[in-house]
Amino acid sequence: MSDGRINLKLKIWKQSGPNFPGSFADFEVQVSPDASFLEMLDELNNDLESKGLEPVAFESDCREGICGTCGLVINGQPHGPIPKIATCQLHMRNFKDEDTIWVEPFRAKAFPVVKDLIVKRSAFDKIMYAGGFVSVNTGGVPDANAILIPKEKAAESFDAAACIGCGACVAACKNASAMLFVSAKVSQFALLPQGQPERYERVQKMVKVMDDLGFGSCTNTYACEAECPKGISVRNIARMNRDYFVAKVKSANLEVEV
Amino acid sequence: MATILNAKIPEGNISEKWTNHKFNMKLINPANKRKYQIIVVGTGLAGASAAASLGELGYNVSAFTYHDSARRAHSIAAQGGINAAKNYQNDGDSVYRLFYDTVKGGDYRSREANVYRLAEVSGNIMDQCVAQGVPFAREYGGLLDNRSFGGAQVSRTFYAKGQTGQQLLLGAYSALSRQVGKEKVKLHTHKEMLELVVVDGIAKGIITRDLLTGEIESHSAHAVILATGGYANVYFLSTNAMNCNTTAIWRAHKKGALFANPCFTQIHPTCLPVHGEGQSKLTLMSESLRNDGRVWVSKIKKDMREPNDIPEEERDYYLERKYPSFGNLSPRDISSRSAKEVVDDGRGVKGGEAVYLDFRDAINRLGKNAIEEKYGNLFEIYETITGDNPYNMPMKIYPAPHYTMGGLWVDYNLMSTIPGLFVLGEANFSDHGANRLGASALMQGLADGYFVIPYTIGNYLASDKPELIPADHDQFKKDKSGIEDLTKKLISINGKHTVDELHKKLGRIMWNKVGMARNEKRLNEAIDEIRNLREEFWKNVKVVGSAEGLNQTLERAGRVADYLELGELMAYDALERKESCGGHFREEYQTEDGEALRDDQNYSYVSAWEFKELGKWEHHKEPLEFEYVKLATRSYK
Ligand SMILES: Cc1cc2nc3c(=O)[nH]c(=O)nc-3n(C[C@H](O)[C@H](O)[C@H](O)COP(=O)(O)OP(=O)(O)OC[C@H]3O[C@@H](n4cnc5c(N)ncnc54)[C@H](O)[C@@H]3O)c2cc1C
Ligand code: SF4
Ligand code: FES
Repeated sequence: MSDGRINLKLKIWKQSGPNFPGSFADFEVQVSPDASFLEMLDELNNDLESKGLEPVAFESDCREGICGTCGLVINGQPHGPIPKIATCQLHMRNFKDEDTIWVEPFRAKAFPVVKDLIVKRSAFDKIMYAGGFVSVNTGGVPDANAILIPKEKAAESFDAAACIGCGACVAACKNASAMLFVSAKVSQFALLPQGQPERYERVQKMVKVMDDLGFGSCTNTYACEAECPKGISVRNIARMNRDYFVAKVKSANLEVEV
Repeated sequence: MATILNAKIPEGNISEKWTNHKFNMKLINPANKRKYQIIVVGTGLAGASAAASLGELGYNVSAFTYHDSARRAHSIAAQGGINAAKNYQNDGDSVYRLFYDTVKGGDYRSREANVYRLAEVSGNIMDQCVAQGVPFAREYGGLLDNRSFGGAQVSRTFYAKGQTGQQLLLGAYSALSRQVGKEKVKLHTHKEMLELVVVDGIAKGIITRDLLTGEIESHSAHAVILATGGYANVYFLSTNAMNCNTTAIWRAHKKGALFANPCFTQIHPTCLPVHGEGQSKLTLMSESLRNDGRVWVSKIKKDMREPNDIPEEERDYYLERKYPSFGNLSPRDISSRSAKEVVDDGRGVKGGEAVYLDFRDAINRLGKNAIEEKYGNLFEIYETITGDNPYNMPMKIYPAPHYTMGGLWVDYNLMSTIPGLFVLGEANFSDHGANRLGASALMQGLADGYFVIPYTIGNYLASDKPELIPADHDQFKKDKSGIEDLTKKLISINGKHTVDELHKKLGRIMWNKVGMARNEKRLNEAIDEIRNLREEFWKNVKVVGSAEGLNQTLERAGRVADYLELGELMAYDALERKESCGGHFREEYQTEDGEALRDDQNYSYVSAWEFKELGKWEHHKEPLEFEYVKLATRSYK
């Protein structure tokens, strides 16, 4: 940890609302290398505010890489240059004195810009409303240890469930596909006994809403996995495709049987 | 010192109170539930579980959050785990023991009946979460795994790696999502509650601001539930998420809800130290690290050597030395205060504000792989933030404000002193007394939301038969224009200090004078300083931008305005409580060897404050009676 502050040039996307054109604006900051990227933006904003100028709008909350609120494209990469972290976990010691940094919002048709660096990601929630749950009401469920679950299965399910819903996978994908996000949720349940009863129905419902909301299709470029702050694996996509295929076959069979 | 508060604790033996109460409460016929409108503010563990469960029962629920999605609530950041008295480890746990530990851990300043109920439903919470598909950690045989947490000698904490809060919240969020999909819950995101509407003394609705459009809106209901979290951000630097704030409960307080034990704040012992002026928040390193990490400092003042160069005999493992039976797992308040002591003594890391948390011995004993399996992700987080590798170099940690035990006063039914206003989760004061044990907040939030409120709100609706008041009623109009005026005022001041600068100043006063160790002189100074700062705020705050549309500075300004009032009440409460208990340590009241000196004779009560006017409160007391847990000096030696 050094004490010397570094000087940076920032090119930040400014856009006053969803229906206005945006453009990059230039800023200069001096910051401690121990500060986080968002603390650097805080300092910039405090400076702007004290001069009576509008701050740069960006969202964050936990600043620990878990809530999924933050999300910026930094020098062309969602969540910046360091793999497997969210924007809020990026620290300025990863930049050099006199660097120029480009900062943009996550871009996708399904994620309209709200203001500056903030985008609306409610499309993700809508996919969840369609089927991202196990249909059990509160109360009347079996004892927590009634069903044994192999350690590796639980761990694999956890790894899928670790998705923070940030949307970097969509922003990273040239087709703006949401397959990594959706497959992570589908896989979490598909890997657990609790998720079995609705397994095939769930995948169809979630995929349908995903398609309706204007997310693109997956062409297996794996850009999503590379930018995902939680290292969600593309194996989940393969698993979801399998389940989706089985679901289709099952529903086709059903029609034949009826 | 007026009214004695009625906690409405049911009759009977402690183990039967909740069962009897459930039987005696009035029910609403399933077909009639849809005639009731319920507002839930907050979609953290408490709010999401409440909204989902009430939707399932058939009520019409409107849920509100200032986040863009219900999944982002601060609960998501909880790391360590959730307690439940399952006794799966066969190590002597029971509902009674969890109850006992929680009352003792809270330093005998909580209500026995509430805590017992919490312990009683803790097992149901685990059942529910597992059924929802929450992927908890498991053993090789496929059973759920447990770990132990500070303040307990049994292993009753369930976890999902270091992301337990995330997995529990996503479980509650998925249950909520199901109800949103069925249109039983209407979810309002990006909407901040700015006022509680009270008509004839009864809670009837809320006023919100749409954070994207700036529109101020009225919402009416038969009952209002606040599940809006804690207020540790009054210290500016805390482990809470950036947007956590006190506005919802503070404004309800100013409308008549009593505020209980505001000075009871928890300072968490294992957080990363401050790096500099630009620091925006503090990061918690899970307490579970204390299972294997050893806390120490040098025996020598201002020892500038690197930690690995300090030989064993010159290290002071002060927790193990002072508290041999709990050692590094001593409760949070004790661990935090001990860290402050050694730092005040000049023995912190290189003379500064930090102590070491060292895994060297655990790595030697268990091997690097075992440590990596347990704490790998936490070690990674540490390295990302600090640039140091904890496998080779002890972590540096220091206490930070983390959780607020105080909150709105509620009775056994979780109803505040305003009929029709219920308060759940960290926002109420109910279960943790003067100190919360690790892994108990998640348990309480979910107990309140899944298993308590669905019963008690039905009883209120069935017995009190509240009416629905239209949202264009005069009181709604009045409150709405009040909020519009407040917003305009904040923008029009256009002074010379930014909101953050003023918040940081308040934080410094709170940390130095209403923080880990308090005394009369400093508390009085704090009150004066906060008042002056509040005056300065209203004269000289600078809020750029307009009231229309997204304006994050305006959002923060409103929250800081409320902190500037709450801070003063915290200092008053700390001043009034002339004893040391849990997170509240008054330097005047300590034993010869520096331990907290509780005064059960005079202070065995809940302080509940009634707002009169700015800077003036009336003090009420709820006496605490301990029928089951024997009052004793809390010893972890
Ligand atoms: C870093 C960290 C780690 C923790 N780890 C643990 C742990 O391991 N075990 C444990 O038991 N506890 C832990 N805790 C404590 C625990 O996480 C919290 O006490 C608990 O999650 C609070 O839940 P809640 O539902 O009451 O509130 P929150 O989760 O804070 O939710 C508050 C909700 O209210 C909404 N809200 C607030 N005000 C308004 C308003 N005015 N208008 C509209 N919406 C509003 C927010 O949008 C949010 O949805 C931890 C806390 C922190 C900070
Ligand atoms: S899959 Fe990864 S990138 Fe996509 S939303 Fe989840 S955490 Fe973010
Ligand atoms: S702010 Fe929560 S993930 Fe970055």
